[in-house]
Amino acid sequence: MAKKRPIALLSELASHKDTFGGDMPLAPGHRMCIGCGIPPIVNEVLLAIDKPTVVATATGCLEVTTGVYPVTAWNTPWIHVNFQSTGAVIGAIDVAYQVLKKKGVLKEDEGIEFVAFGGDGGTYDIGFQALSAAVERGHNFLYVCYNNEGYQNTGYQRSSATPIGAYSKTTPVGKVRVGKQEPRKDLTMIMAAHGIPYVAQASPHIFRDLTRKTKKAISMPGFKFINVLEPCTLSWRFSPEDTMRLAKLAVETRYWPVFEVINGKYWKVNIKPKRPKPIEEYIAAQPRWKHVLKYPEVLERIQKEVDEKWNLLLHLEEMSKKLAEEEGVDYESLFKLPEENA
Amino acid sequence: MAQKKVIALTGNQAAAEAMRQINFDIAAVYPISPQTELMGFFAEYVANGEVDTEMIAVDGEHSAMAACIGAAAAGARVITASAGPGIAYMVENLYVASGMRLPIVLLDVNRALSAPLSIHCDHADSMLTRDTSWISLFSENAQEAYHNIIMATKISEKALFPIIVNYDGYIVSHSIEDVEILDDETVRNFVGPSDIHRIPYPLLDVKKPVTYGATAQPDYYTECKYQQHVDFLKVYDIVREVFNEFAEIADVKYDFIEEYKTEDAEYIGISMGSSFGTLKDVVDILRNQGKKVGAIKIRLFRPFPVKELAEALSNAKGVAVLDRADSFDGIGGPLFKDVSTAVMMSQNRPFIHNFIYGLGGREVKEEDFLKAFDRLERLEKGIETRDRFVEYLQVRE
Repeated sequence: MAKKRPIALLSELASHKDTFGGDMPLAPGHRMCIGCGIPPIVNEVLLAIDKPTVVATATGCLEVTTGVYPVTAWNTPWIHVNFQSTGAVIGAIDVAYQVLKKKGVLKEDEGIEFVAFGGDGGTYDIGFQALSAAVERGHNFLYVCYNNEGYQNTGYQRSSATPIGAYSKTTPVGKVRVGKQEPRKDLTMIMAAHGIPYVAQASPHIFRDLTRKTKKAISMPGFKFINVLEPCTLSWRFSPEDTMRLAKLAVETRYWPVFEVINGKYWKVNIKPKRPKPIEEYIAAQPRWKHVLKYPEVLERIQKEVDEKWNLLLHLEEMSKKLAEEEGVDYESLFKLPEENA
Repeated sequence: MAQKKVIALTGNQAAAEAMRQINFDIAAVYPISPQTELMGFFAEYVANGEVDTEMIAVDGEHSAMAACIGAAAAGARVITASAGPGIAYMVENLYVASGMRLPIVLLDVNRALSAPLSIHCDHADSMLTRDTSWISLFSENAQEAYHNIIMATKISEKALFPIIVNYDGYIVSHSIEDVEILDDETVRNFVGPSDIHRIPYPLLDVKKPVTYGATAQPDYYTECKYQQHVDFLKVYDIVREVFNEFAEIADVKYDFIEEYKTEDAEYIGISMGSSFGTLKDVVDILRNQGKKVGAIKIRLFRPFPVKELAEALSNAKGVAVLDRADSFDGIGGPLFKDVSTAVMMSQNRPFIHNFIYGLGGREVKEEDFLKAFDRLERLEKGIETRDRFVEYLQVRE
């Protein structure tokens, strides 16, 4: 490991001599489902980091499929403690790193980076307290949420990331209730409200966007958060070959806006679909959710939520530009990588 | 030769002094009575630059233990402290820490569990930790708490198991007594160099990537637990070794159990923590009346010194186990069942009876333990009878 991994294009990734060897931070041979969106997310993030990286993972799909005793798919230092502690664990490793450097236990400064991965259950729900606290303490790490909108590792129960009307084992489609009653929690907004250096939403199908966002996050000291939509073939019940098509539809329907936030106050929407597709197209592709097409009132709530969020983001972006101008800050350069600003 | 000085300290101050001398890399802190002021004292050392320790002010005890696990796996020397409900909250992670074989020191300033809420002392919190594969030491007073923390750091790192040091909330934590403090250099030499990784495979050794916290399926889980089981049995020898090494610097020879006038004793009382002083006084009172009684204190609670105790009880007629916690299981308190195992293994299998005392900070008086000895003797001689093994002392009925 610790080899330079300048991956920007899929073609480069495919031609990299180590792609199918042991040099990937997450090596092949793990046990994730065919068509799972998690491995591309993990690889896009870790391959974008050009330094030795210590990884922590919350209990969940990624964890139970990659470190199964006595084998491991992790070719980088990796720890899993439990479902809810990941923020505290990776934060403490960062503190230990600083102390051990100061005390001379670590003889050379290898510039180690710290990355945590958690699903939406481990991030939006049970892990949120430890995560928010680690943010407030200002530890230096990147937290990536692979958001598959439910507890998929336990067979799909609703989480606070599950959208309105969606089926789950705990929100079945019955005679008096149609799927989940409540809208999804907007965790990315909540993380931005912490005022941390970098917050972003991303989608695995735009790999250049996710690798770029990872590089941007790593270039900034302090706590960084990226929320990535992760279509789940098993629970959303689409064909394994359609994972990236689903991710693309989520962005094209504005269901999953791709944007970034600097210091909690400068917002930028990275992709603005000129002719947004109707939400029905995205919903129809998911058997877990497509029953709502028969319920106009539920569909209307979903579209309203999507439109209002999108409109809010555009306003935040406009406001950010004005704010930057007022403060004498170059808005565009805020979002560039350090080498682009050099 | 170690330099010593005697100063007046509370239990929490003595613990903070041990923490300062050991100079831990990381202290994860979260306030809960009666532990709170301990970390307050320690924070002063941090604020004044007297230690290299970084304090991580976490969001709760569950995260406190998670932070200790992360930092210990990174290779750091770590400590945290809690009490009562805080210990209950971190229990899930106690199993993770020992399963990963990480050296961590946890100070349990013993406190009762809710409900009803009580911030005062009993041992219910520590009893939650008894099956967690943590080594566990009990302290009678501030002096022992101070000594135990220094020894615990070394024991934990040698054994590669985490360790708990218990001392009674308020009774020890907030009472001032004379404490003999060793000099800094002696303590630091004893616990070993500060500039090394504490574990063989630290996460921060990025050239040798390791996986911590894997999943184990039914084909391997048993083997993982068996390794832990076998190694936990080796802890006895490691504790004895460190106790012996400590005797050389502190002129005090500790053992798994402490016996008081047990050599010819017919009736023996057994307790843990601060009540042992009262128990010894009661033994003296009864000895003056011509009764052959003795007392035993459990210092090493986990792993339980079952062989040493069986030996110590082999000539007794009756044993009164004094439990500062109830198990609510129809049998008796937690310590009673451990001592019962020792009785089963002892030569003459003395009569055994259980008394629950001192719950939620109830003051322990000589008359309470006098009653226990009296009842034990009457039961053993058949003067009185019993329909259960356990009864409460000190209840207002």
